[in-house]
Amino acid sequence: MSVAMPEPDAAVLARRERIVAALRAIVPGEGVIAAEREMRPYESDGLTAYRQLPMVVVLPETTEQVSRLLAFCHAEGVKVVPRGAGTSLSGGALPLADGVLLGMAKFNRIRELDFDNRVAVVEPGVTNLAVSQAVEHAGFYYAPDPSSQIACTIGGNLAENSGGVHCLKYGMTTNNVLGCELVLITGEVVRIGGKHLDAGGYDLLGIVTGSEGLLGVVTEVTVRLLKKPECARAVLVGFGSSEDAGECVSRIIGAGIIPGGMEMMDKPAIHAVEEFVHAGYPLDVEALLIVEVDGPQAEVDYLIARVEGIAKECRAVTCRVSSSEEERLLFWAGRKAAFPAVGRISPDYYCMDGTIPRARLPQVLKRMRELSASYGLRVANVFHAGDGNLHPLILYDANKPGELERTEELGAEILKLCVEVGGVLTGEHGVGVEKRDLMPAMFTEADLAQQQRLKCAFDAGGLLNPGKVFPKLHRCAELGRLHVHAGRLPFPDLPRF
Amino acid sequence: MSDNLEPRDAKDVEAAVQWALAGGKALEVVGHGSKRAIGRPAQTDLTLDLSGLSGVTLYEPEELVLSARAGTPLAEIEALVAAKGQQLAFEPMDYGPVLGGEGGRGTIGGALAANLSGPRRIKAGAARDHFLGLSAVSGRGESFKSGGRVVKNVTGYDLCKLMAGSWGTLAAMTEVTIKVLPAPETEETILVRGLDLTRAVAAMTAAMGSPCDVSGAAHLPAGAAARIPGEVAGAGGAVTAFRLEGFVPSVAHRKGVLAALMKPFGDVATVGTAVSRALWRAIRDVTPFAASRDARPLWRLSTAPARGAELGAMIDRLGAAEMLLDWAGGLIWVALAASDDAGATLVRRAVAAAGGHATLIRAGAALRAAAEVFAPQDAAVAALTKRVKESFDPKGVLNPGRMWAGI
Repeated sequence: MSVAMPEPDAAVLARRERIVAALRAIVPGEGVIAAEREMRPYESDGLTAYRQLPMVVVLPETTEQVSRLLAFCHAEGVKVVPRGAGTSLSGGALPLADGVLLGMAKFNRIRELDFDNRVAVVEPGVTNLAVSQAVEHAGFYYAPDPSSQIACTIGGNLAENSGGVHCLKYGMTTNNVLGCELVLITGEVVRIGGKHLDAGGYDLLGIVTGSEGLLGVVTEVTVRLLKKPECARAVLVGFGSSEDAGECVSRIIGAGIIPGGMEMMDKPAIHAVEEFVHAGYPLDVEALLIVEVDGPQAEVDYLIARVEGIAKECRAVTCRVSSSEEERLLFWAGRKAAFPAVGRISPDYYCMDGTIPRARLPQVLKRMRELSASYGLRVANVFHAGDGNLHPLILYDANKPGELERTEELGAEILKLCVEVGGVLTGEHGVGVEKRDLMPAMFTEADLAQQQRLKCAFDAGGLLNPGKVFPKLHRCAELGRLHVHAGRLPFPDLPRF
Repeated sequence: MSDNLEPRDAKDVEAAVQWALAGGKALEVVGHGSKRAIGRPAQTDLTLDLSGLSGVTLYEPEELVLSARAGTPLAEIEALVAAKGQQLAFEPMDYGPVLGGEGGRGTIGGALAANLSGPRRIKAGAARDHFLGLSAVSGRGESFKSGGRVVKNVTGYDLCKLMAGSWGTLAAMTEVTIKVLPAPETEETILVRGLDLTRAVAAMTAAMGSPCDVSGAAHLPAGAAARIPGEVAGAGGAVTAFRLEGFVPSVAHRKGVLAALMKPFGDVATVGTAVSRALWRAIRDVTPFAASRDARPLWRLSTAPARGAELGAMIDRLGAAEMLLDWAGGLIWVALAASDDAGATLVRRAVAAAGGHATLIRAGAALRAAAEVFAPQDAAVAALTKRVKESFDPKGVLNPGRMWAGI
């Protein structure tokens, strides 16, 4: 796959040696990697179709080092690409040939656990799962649970506003963070929020969350901890059609139930998963729903019975309630292994991430089947059904000439379809480089210009992660120009008293 | 401020801002004007009244989304979703009582611009957490949109967050989309009487650290408790309250668990749905310090919940202060005896020691100009705030100076 990135700056590349030396003075020892062989692991993130060696890799250990090296890059006009664990599925951490790849992996300490205030203060390189593991003994956990949680880091989660299967009930990253320490490209260190629930002033944390590394580098995050629910049970329901499954989801929510998780899979996904995991999924159904409710035992028993009742009313073909923790985990094992399972039946697959109004699901699935047929590429769907977040997996073979390009085209068609029915390009994976050029399908020039002006407020030189999110790079001066119209009230009939 | 611009649609709003921009005018952006008395007294030439942009444009209960023009009355939206068994989970407070205005006023745009929340903040978040999409006109006179009409979306910067709590200083919103959620089947409240500040915060911390899924944890010292009508005030003394909401069997179960957990703290009583609703509405709207009986300056302090007792004690030592603690100790409403600076120096010193920030919600215009309404920011954050303001409103057309000088 190919994607146009900003033209490397020859003047910067010519100064490479001097830049590397200066970075070594800031981050001593093995913190600066300049040998090609050693930089190889950093050439791509989870979206491996795109690869690019960075100019140099830097792995700082302290906020002061981050501050000094950003100030240096700012003064020298050197681009910077921040990176957590590199699990992005949208190419958010794709390096630049003339850029510093700023790896935050060494920021891996949990600084404070404060159970009285129900927060943890962690460094950005701590993995998502490590936070929950560190507080498990006290009965707490960190709610956002992206499927890469064993590897992905809190810093990356913040940059991408990561979700997970539980975010319908417990929110995305943005709803579960309270504060951060942020280093601006100038090297200034800014503290936003803290352990209190609402920060004063503009919600800068809200804007940094999900900004895909374009606004600053986070060196500390304060996350909210939740008390673990007493128990959880899941129901596995098979349907003869996606319409019936969709109706079931709607009626569960209509009954006032917000499940802890509600996942749907279509037939190709069910088959791929069952062959791989043997979770006991029914194979003769068109759609499979996993509904999990959590809370006190009394609540869970009550809700499971109601969900079962609703499923039957919606013509469920099969319905199984987990009778033990092992069985509940087995239900999930299939869903959680959906990506590798698909990887087993196809040499390559491409994971998409759109969100649609759920009621449009049957229409979207039908159109997707048509597109799949016309492109000659199989598509399997897994779906965070409660919030309408759809992950179509396009099966392809990169060794067949042209198949990659057709896959990319089909992916773009699917995402445009999501926008067409009232949805959005990305529910949780981010725009990155992957969906960058599709942004105009959702936003006007003016919409994007306003977003880029905000970027200018943080990074006037456009040095942080350029080439991501925005399809066109504009200079801040050009974006800042005001177009003032004639000085008369242009709508004489506007009531004016 | 004699002139009023009353646009009828988004196009009119755009034209009005362009006109103001060209003529060097500053606009005061209002919906119903119910929170107009909050903020620094701004120097504006005209009022941009958005209340004409009214009406719900989309409501899909099963998708959990609702879109409305920014000037739609909040009360209209709350009634509409209640009819479908849903609610705005962020429980927007009504500033009417403390500001001396009529209750039940306010628009959805105003609720979002002020990032309103209520006692359920500890469980469900604030307006910002439910704000999914918007159309607006920036101070540059340009229409733009952000977000979407689905509950899960990370496409582009989340400008909704930035608008929430910006008090109309960045853009005039014209249409918004919010997340709606099922209303609880029932609610009950557990009361613990006679706790001092330290014990009360300890009790709230214990409750929040339990799996009881508490959706309101507040402490009313004797003075505030006495002004809650009905059985809550009881025989006098302080009242610490815990709300449990949800399905009937679940609330029944959690009530038992929480009552047992609270027993070591003091006498435990339970009140049913009707009394519980009235109590939490009073706490949400801070009616113990309502303007009808209290003209003192009113502060809103936000701190780490477990620091609430310590901060409360510091405030107490200032003398002649009365308070009410919500958010398990994380939100403290303080009524202070009137003074030259509304107690700003002392309040801010105490908050700085405990961590958090303080906002002067109620005071005369002169005090609000002199004392700073919003917490002063450090140099780097202040500079960033100014650049953010300028990226939306470089000429200071929209509510200039309402938050800080120049913002």
